[in-house]
Amino acid sequence: MHNHAIMMQLEVNEVTVAYDGKVVIEQVSFALEPGRIGCLLGPSGCGKTSLLRAIAGFEPVRQGEIKLQGKVVSRVHAMLAPERRRVGMVFQDFALFPHLSVEKNVAFGLQHLPARQRNTRVAELLALVGMSELANVYPHQLSGGQQQRVALIRAMAPRPDILLMDEPFSSMDAELREQLAREVRVLLKRDGITAVLVTHDQIEAFAMADVIGVVGDRRLRQWDSGYRIYHNPADRFVADFVGQGVMLPGRVLDKQRIEIELGVVEGPVPESCQAGCPIEVLLRPDDVIHDDASELKLEVKEKAFRGAEYLYTLKLPSGQAILCMVQSHHNHQVGEMIGVHLAMDDLAVFPLKPEDAARMAANNTTQHEAH
Amino acid sequence: MMRSLSYWSITTTVIALLLGIPACVIVANIFVPAGDVWRHLVDTVLQDYVTNSLLLMVGVTIGSLFLGVISAWLVTMLEFPGRRLFEWALLLPMAIPAYIIAYTYTGMLDFAGPVQTSLRELTGWGYGEYWFPEIRSIEGAAIMLALVLYPYVYLMARAAFISQSLCVLDVSRSLGNGPWRTFFNVALPLARPAIAAGLSLVLMETLADYGTVQYFGISTFTTGIFRTWYGLDNAPAAAQLATILLMFVLVLLTLERYSRRRARYHYTSRRHQEIHRIQLQGWHKPMASLFCFGTVLLGFLLPAGQLTLWAIDTAGAMLNSKFFTLVMHSLELASLAALLTLCVSLVLGYGRRLEPGPTVNIAVRAAGMGYAVPGTVIAIGVIIPFGWLDNTIDGWMRAQFGVSTGLLLSGSMAGLLFAYLVRFMAVSLNAVETGLGRITPSMDEAARSMGYPPRHIMGKVHIPMLKGSLLTAILLVFVDVLKELPATLILRPFNFNTLAVRAYELASDERLADSASASLAIVMAGILPVILLSRSIAQSRHHDAT
Repeated sequence: MHNHAIMMQLEVNEVTVAYDGKVVIEQVSFALEPGRIGCLLGPSGCGKTSLLRAIAGFEPVRQGEIKLQGKVVSRVHAMLAPERRRVGMVFQDFALFPHLSVEKNVAFGLQHLPARQRNTRVAELLALVGMSELANVYPHQLSGGQQQRVALIRAMAPRPDILLMDEPFSSMDAELREQLAREVRVLLKRDGITAVLVTHDQIEAFAMADVIGVVGDRRLRQWDSGYRIYHNPADRFVADFVGQGVMLPGRVLDKQRIEIELGVVEGPVPESCQAGCPIEVLLRPDDVIHDDASELKLEVKEKAFRGAEYLYTLKLPSGQAILCMVQSHHNHQVGEMIGVHLAMDDLAVFPLKPEDAARMAANNTTQHEAH
Repeated sequence: MMRSLSYWSITTTVIALLLGIPACVIVANIFVPAGDVWRHLVDTVLQDYVTNSLLLMVGVTIGSLFLGVISAWLVTMLEFPGRRLFEWALLLPMAIPAYIIAYTYTGMLDFAGPVQTSLRELTGWGYGEYWFPEIRSIEGAAIMLALVLYPYVYLMARAAFISQSLCVLDVSRSLGNGPWRTFFNVALPLARPAIAAGLSLVLMETLADYGTVQYFGISTFTTGIFRTWYGLDNAPAAAQLATILLMFVLVLLTLERYSRRRARYHYTSRRHQEIHRIQLQGWHKPMASLFCFGTVLLGFLLPAGQLTLWAIDTAGAMLNSKFFTLVMHSLELASLAALLTLCVSLVLGYGRRLEPGPTVNIAVRAAGMGYAVPGTVIAIGVIIPFGWLDNTIDGWMRAQFGVSTGLLLSGSMAGLLFAYLVRFMAVSLNAVETGLGRITPSMDEAARSMGYPPRHIMGKVHIPMLKGSLLTAILLVFVDVLKELPATLILRPFNFNTLAVRAYELASDERLADSASASLAIVMAGILPVILLSRSIAQSRHHDAT
């Protein structure tokens, strides 16, 4: 599947990590091309940080292997020491040395260089993040954002083969996060640095990464672009964790078409689903387009103002609720009927789990009996 | 990995066990029959020991709460002239050991002292014609101890008042409670666990005190242990008395631990705001200043001033080469003990850092318990096993080689150093662990990811970051050893005098003025940790403000 003509900068092959005999990440595989920024996205406690620490060489792997530039650095019972891996790491708490000035912190990993080259590199990096004036200041005198930048350029300074970032923006204000994430992306891209970021914040992941891996419940669920993670989630966990949306029950008509309450939608249907088989379709708020001309009118049940847009909750005749994102110029009242149409370019279809199917069947019977 | 794992747990456990020897020896002695002596003690003096110790504790509790809580409240919550000065000056009495303040006040208030002399000159009364409070009494001892021990309560209460979420106090005000009601109904109850923790430290020191009660002729456990050990020459009986004392200590220790745990959950908010101190008006203003000034005056200025006067008076006779030897002995002993304690506490601290596990945690915790054990008890607990070891070695050497090694251990400084190690381990350990705590694991990892192997991280990161903490650890133990009296008295090598022992001997001979130079030297050294403490307080306030 990977294009082997390009040498991968990082390869993680079926890696399992365990602490005290408890598996925290299981059978994870992915690869990253040089210069790309990858992101491990998942809820806290899903094992993503353990995976990052295994790449850095702080945790041994229980199974599988990790390769940097084609060279195995970790496998069962054998690991290269972190100081010999040429990885840079940005820690959640930044881990700046409080006894060293900003300049000395950045120079910490450059001791092997002659003084002149070292000073040049430090000056260049400080200029890159606009902190040349703060070279002689100590970390505790810096703001959070400044500390973050110092931690970043300190890790970048020795030109590591890969840069690892563990929740680097988690201590920032929400408004600052996305902006910093974009800034850091620009810096990394300018230097062509390969990086892996760990975060629980999807906005950060979208802002920064070329490719995102959603981690949940010890496994890598999907390794894909942000767009596909959002519109083509590989499983219910990804669909649920990333973005908003509702699962709409439906029935398979044939290999291309599915019938849902709002009509018939077209798209690839999973192999395992026969015609007539009950399934669920993921409906994102941006799949439902407000359209006064549409014949399909739905009642507004709730509305939430988001600034640029309104998030309406609309009620289908069956009582099922769906979400609809509309530009905020369209201000409708609760109880009003508004016209919508569907724009589902990508269809995310999930077969019902057997027990859910049974439950729904039972519900249908009771409803029929009630009639 | 596995090997280094067990290496640390073994090392820390062995250290903890070694440091636990004195307490174990003492407790084990309850099974050694002490014969008639014990029955004699129970029949005659035990009751006194218990009563006097309890009365003393009650008195010190009242005194130290009164001084400590009120002054802490005043300097944290109110604004009055001299507040910033008093904030650290209120710590000064910590520099004076209880026995020294007792000697000083006795010298001042005795029949022949300056106070009574001028009283007689003024009124023309003669001996026996007037009543004057007797300082050499339980009340007197309680006042002396409270005057120098209240800073423990002050420190804890002050920290508690500062970290109390101000929102809580504001809520109380907004619900219609005035400042005083807010203090009694909200601030004080919230600070109670912290105050209790401070108080239990005060009471541990009270129980451990030997110099004051001995000088005032009050029979308590510590003096009883001395008397049984030296007067009756009965080791098991002394150890059994010590066991009862240890049980008192255990109660206090439990109280302290329990209070500290509760104190942690008593703050509802972590947010710190700038405290808006209440500006005192009218006559309240000088009252607040007066209270703080009076406390510092009685606890430090007056005794220190008197000591200085005496020291100047007797300088010609006392400041000779003998005094110089005394100082050298004290410095030598204190620096040796401080370095030794530092090394062991570094081993323990690193053990806990590199392999945090239940075994290591318990071992490190146990190794720090000596601070609660009175010096007298530790001394007896050291001398019994050391004496046994000496006799065993001596017997074996004589049988094998016909050479007598004599008192190899108990006659040398080894016993004394070991006792200091047990008693002051917690002080050093605390400083080391605080320092190590500042080096987060991610700093080690950051250094490694930048190409430094573990052995270089020590020199590049740890030592520069630990320097301050290590100096603090050395200084604190150094001063504590200088001040320590009972264990030094019991365990010092023959004819080996220190400043504390000399002050004690001269005072016991009623040569109070002559003892002043030794006492003053101890007090001056004692000011160093106070400066350190007040600096860290000033820093913490700075951080609160930013």
